[in-house]
Amino acid sequence: MKNVIPFRKTVLVVVVALFGVGCQSVEPWQRRTLSDITMRSDRDPAGQGLSEHMWFSREVASGGRGIGGGGCGCN
Amino acid sequence: MNTSPLNPASRRHFIQSLIGLGATALATNSLCAGVKIGDSLPDLSTLGLEGSLPDIRGKVVHLDFWASWCVPCKQSFPILNALHKSYASKSYMLIGICMDEKKAEMDRFLKRNPVSFPILRDAQEKLANQLTPPSMPTSYFVAPDGRLHSVHPKFEGDTTRRAYIAIIEDLLKSVKI
Repeated sequence: MKNVIPFRKTVLVVVVALFGVGCQSVEPWQRRTLSDITMRSDRDPAGQGLSEHMWFSREVASGGRGIGGGGCGCN
Repeated sequence: MNTSPLNPASRRHFIQSLIGLGATALATNSLCAGVKIGDSLPDLSTLGLEGSLPDIRGKVVHLDFWASWCVPCKQSFPILNALHKSYASKSYMLIGICMDEKKAEMDRFLKRNPVSFPILRDAQEKLANQLTPPSMPTSYFVAPDGRLHSVHPKFEGDTTRRAYIAIIEDLLKSVKI
């Protein structure tokens, strides 16, 4: 039996790909919300230290917070 | 034996679709390419900038993109103000292009950080979309003939001030008196 991909499936793949092309990036001049203090992972060093301590006490593990936070990306 | 998972018709459709997708991507890139060094600066009067546009014909134009939420922009303001005062009599025109979404935020910022150079607000982001500043702040220098001379992204204190002065002094040599 021939393994044939029907035309409809091909169209579906292309439409999904076209939507992928439509993805937008946040431009440097549009980062007002990202520059807000609440978007920063280091906004509360004391609270973060406490949280780390509790996490280590329960899980015997720490770290894993090296992810990117917010920020306006200025400079 | 045909080992291809697509029959010839579907394969043709698939290839055509890929070509269409590539063309769309290329068209999108070319539209977003922006103004390059050596290109003419877009006519600022047609971009819906809020504020009073000064006469920039035959002048060295310095466009500085800033926003009230951008900390380095705030740090750059005293230096920009001093540059404006030093060179205003020498065919140099500094214009601040504010990228704040809300005018009230710009007004509040300018009340706390008053400047003597003109400020225009690019509320519709038309100028920003054409020049595509790579960071905030970014300064664009335009030669007296209206062509984009150089782009200076970021603000790094005295290093940036000296770079600005070097560019301005260089451009002022080409001003016809």
